[in-house]
Amino acid sequence: MKGSVGSKRLGATWGTTWKRAKRFARAFAACALLTPLIACAGPLSTLEPAGPAARSIAALWWVMLAGATLLLGLVICLLALAFLRPAVARGVPPALWIVGGGLALPALVLTPLMVYALASGENLFQARAEGRTEVDVLARQWEWVFTYRSADGTVRRSNNVLHLTAGQPVLLRITSADVIHSFWVPRLAGKIDATPGHVTMLRLNADVPGRYRGVCAEFCGIAHRDMQMTVEAHGSEDETGRVIDGLPPAMPEDLVDAGGRP
Amino acid sequence: MSEAVPIQDPIRLHKALDAVWRTPPGVGRLSAVNHTIVGRRFIVTAFVFFGIGGLLAMLIRAQLATPRGVFLGPEIYNQVFTMHGTVMMFLFAIPLIEGVTFYLLPKMLGARDMAFPRLSAYGYWCYLFGGAILIVGMVLGVAPNAGWFMYTPLTSRPFTPGINSDLWLIGVTFVEISALSAAVEIIVSVLKLRAPGMSLDKMPLFAWYMLVTAFMMLFGFPPLIVGSVLLEVERAFGLPFFDPNRGGDPILWQHLFWLFGHPEVYIIFLPAAGVVSTILPVFARREIIGYLAIVVSIVALAFLSFGLWVHHMFTVGIPHLALAFFSAASTAVAIPTAVQIFAWIGTLFAGRPQLRLPMLYILGFFFIFVTGGLTGVMVAIVPFNWQVHDTHFVVAHLHYVLVGGFVFPMLAATHYWLPHFTGRVPRVSLGVAAFWLIFVGFNLTFLIMHATGLLGMTRRIYTYDPANGWEWLNLVSSIGSFVMAIGLALFTVDVALQIRFGRRPGRNPWRAGTLEWATGTPPPSYNFASIPVVDTRSPLKQSTGLAVALAQGRGYLGFVRDGRLETLGVEVTSGQVEQVVRLPGPTYLPLVSAVATAVFFLAVLFQVYVVAVIGFVATIGTLLLWTRGHGDHADRGAMPIGHGKYVPSHGESGSSPSQWAMWIALFGDATAFGSLAFGSLYLAIVAPNWPPPQLAQWNLLLSGSAAAGLVLAAIAAGRSVSPTVLPHAAKRKRWLFVTAGAHSMALAALVGMAFGVPAPTEHAYGAAALVVLCYVALHVALGAVFALYGLWRSRRGFVSLVRSSDLMIGRAWHAFTAAIGVVTLLLLHAMSWTASP
Ligand code: HEM
Ligand SMILES: [Cu+2]
Ligand SMILES: [Cu+2]
Repeated sequence: MKGSVGSKRLGATWGTTWKRAKRFARAFAACALLTPLIACAGPLSTLEPAGPAARSIAALWWVMLAGATLLLGLVICLLALAFLRPAVARGVPPALWIVGGGLALPALVLTPLMVYALASGENLFQARAEGRTEVDVLARQWEWVFTYRSADGTVRRSNNVLHLTAGQPVLLRITSADVIHSFWVPRLAGKIDATPGHVTMLRLNADVPGRYRGVCAEFCGIAHRDMQMTVEAHGSEDETGRVIDGLPPAMPEDLVDAGGRP
Repeated sequence: MSEAVPIQDPIRLHKALDAVWRTPPGVGRLSAVNHTIVGRRFIVTAFVFFGIGGLLAMLIRAQLATPRGVFLGPEIYNQVFTMHGTVMMFLFAIPLIEGVTFYLLPKMLGARDMAFPRLSAYGYWCYLFGGAILIVGMVLGVAPNAGWFMYTPLTSRPFTPGINSDLWLIGVTFVEISALSAAVEIIVSVLKLRAPGMSLDKMPLFAWYMLVTAFMMLFGFPPLIVGSVLLEVERAFGLPFFDPNRGGDPILWQHLFWLFGHPEVYIIFLPAAGVVSTILPVFARREIIGYLAIVVSIVALAFLSFGLWVHHMFTVGIPHLALAFFSAASTAVAIPTAVQIFAWIGTLFAGRPQLRLPMLYILGFFFIFVTGGLTGVMVAIVPFNWQVHDTHFVVAHLHYVLVGGFVFPMLAATHYWLPHFTGRVPRVSLGVAAFWLIFVGFNLTFLIMHATGLLGMTRRIYTYDPANGWEWLNLVSSIGSFVMAIGLALFTVDVALQIRFGRRPGRNPWRAGTLEWATGTPPPSYNFASIPVVDTRSPLKQSTGLAVALAQGRGYLGFVRDGRLETLGVEVTSGQVEQVVRLPGPTYLPLVSAVATAVFFLAVLFQVYVVAVIGFVATIGTLLLWTRGHGDHADRGAMPIGHGKYVPSHGESGSSPSQWAMWIALFGDATAFGSLAFGSLYLAIVAPNWPPPQLAQWNLLLSGSAAAGLVLAAIAAGRSVSPTVLPHAAKRKRWLFVTAGAHSMALAALVGMAFGVPAPTEHAYGAAALVVLCYVALHVALGAVFALYGLWRSRRGFVSLVRSSDLMIGRAWHAFTAAIGVVTLLLLHAMSWTASP
């Protein structure tokens, strides 16, 4: 490629550069649009939701993607015009740029987004407080320990596999025995940290029976990437109950105790 | 009074000025304090670190190119990404900003140097030594390995017993000395060292950006430094600030870190935006529109950015209403950002834009940064954040912001100002090719990385299984990153060619309006042979003959007086001339002080605390030595500066830069103290495993005498500078003695209190009480030293009614110490009270 700075020729070469830029921009836009179409599926994909929480967030993403693409397009068009057809907006007074573009535009876009996000967040958050069954989750380097309390008072445990019933929300009480981890099953819900000394809550709900993969999302040391788990959503409460009854009893060190304040 | 006759002949004037301003050659270069040289050193060193950080990025991308990569194991990978992040943020971005600012700011403001040249040199050495500690650690295979934000308890002793995390805490804190000293220096220089007539509203926008950025550094870095000190104290001595089993809280680290970490992003972005606001109008060939709106919006951005840190903690489990507040504040940042973007776009429309190479990079900046801003709004939305936090979506977002919002403007700046550094413009340019490689490579790497993250790839994993749908995305990202690397290599070659073979175009090749282009290129050691009067925002547009007139000594100070380095100081808002600021010339003292500081930090790293104490005392001692030979023994009154004007020297102006520096530094100090107090109260109110097993029984006699000593010291220091006392050496001496004595009494009482703290290693209560006491005790001890120092200066005849700067500086310190001391005493009693069951 040729072109030079500081020489008079540059003024002439920018025209060709611009053409190249246009061609490139077109190819780029095509790629950008294709990317999401290639594949949204995957065992850890947030874009192939299998539960109400993940679904509402995926919808939020598509809305925001559309909005962001429009805004980016607007800025690019304006820049292109400024170089190619500056006359169209030469007369726009400075105050209009600042007030229209700087204040009105973001306010118009952001206000509805905030309201929508707040409502949906509040929904998800409220939902965290309720759940039919409770399971305690203890994260430690580098495994997940799930403990279930049956009605008869026995406490059973499973490592790295969480059993629940499809269609029935489960409330998880999560903490850590050592460093900070983060519990994340992308197809079902957002993540929440497991912090020593604190208990966090997450409601998990799978639409249909199946196995959903989950990972530790917060870097937790040398084997961080191996700290994976599976959620097994069973077809009926009876089935889940049978599976849990077959689990080994929990050890005292598997139980959630965050040393919470009185 | 010495004669000061303006020299009319440009050559003679140049020779006379250069003789006093020049840095000696050979080994003498180590004594350089000149802002052009120190700025250049910062810039070159920062780009070297950029190369290192880039190399590490290539290692990351090589490892992630294919699933189950076996190139790097997990331990090495963890060190590599931690060092990549750390090097890029602390050793590349911030120092590059400091370098660019040191180099440009005085020239843009029409001054001959920064306000504290030796402080910039000291900052540079601290940066170099601290960075070297980190790099040596990496070469030896013990680099930090817990991520650039060092979350506790992973970084606490039980989980990372090696030296790795200590290296981070100590290396980064050492480097941050340069950021803090730069912050103080930049603020004072912008406020005081401008050309006469340059009122605040006539300052170039870049100066506004840097003023705001420097304030953000002043308030942003102390929480990080406090957090790092607490963590190092926990690791070294077992005081449990972050250990939940002993009343600490790992979340406290996150608050302290992100209280710094979020403003950090704007500290990096604002100077780059300042560069855009400087360069873009030049290529739009008209003045920027909305000057005032831009100033207001950057100030707003600075304020907002301190209220956002919790958006990095949306998955911690904080109540939703609090999250919603931080989410709204985070999206609100879009408004001041949009104001700037549309001011830039409007400027282009209003002008006749030219697409030259720096402008091409600015267009790249627009595309990438706006994209990063839009994904930024997305991740500020709480529910969406719950999904993408800690995934490669965030890695993509942060690179769009940092590379788009910082690297691209800096590459534009390189092309734009390189002719200023070298006096040359390119003959042939590879720049356009390099631009496209960098731009395409970048987007190839990071645009699809958003998808990788949405498909569930978490960050900081050294490898991944096939069948997640990530293989192609990662491979393309890796290819893109190598394209980008080739582009950056080409960029480097281009710059090297230009430095070596470029053509000499004469002054102001871009026809810019800002004052830096009125110096020669490359700039002479003194910048301006004489100092201009400025009454417009683009002085070079206003009068094309300005540069020549200045070279002919037709401005102010077109002469050399007493063989001293002189520049002008102005009143802050109006820009009226107020004082002649006499600056220090080349000296080894900054290097000596930095070596003493290095001894301190290395001794702490290797836990030989006796040596650490020696290093600390040596640092303070050598810093005090800097003042030797400065100041006057007699009042000299107003001095001529040319054109029949007379102003006093800075020491007699009553508003000297050093006094300003002390006040401003105390704001930073107050922020550090505030962070410490916040931390203690935070633990007392929310940490698990409280109340402590045992509370302190404060002895009222001790706290009473501590308070009395503190207040007495402040009052006595106030008396020592009162107009009735100042003129009389004996009276000054008496009050300064009282100050030192009162400090000693307070110190004894504080030490006594420290002994009453119950078992600091057993519970965070004792640990917090102990560090807060130590913090005050350190101030009191330094207060005693400063009082004695004032006494010494007073005895040597450096003090009079008008030359009161030394004592005024001391007085500010004593008053501040009394304030934090009294607050501490109240805090300690309050903590006992809240913690009691
Ligand atoms: C030169 C091209 C660059 C490439 C290819 C690159 C690549 C990457 C990748 C792949 C990661 C994620 C590592 C992981 O999570 O496993 C990463 C992390 C990071 N990068 Fe870059 N990067 C580049 C430039 C930069 C620049 C210029 C900056 C800052 C000014 C930067 C700052 C960071 C930070 C702060 C992290 C987070 C590190 C951590 O997780 O502790 N990078 N980079
Ligand atoms: Cu983990
Ligand atoms: Cu942030």
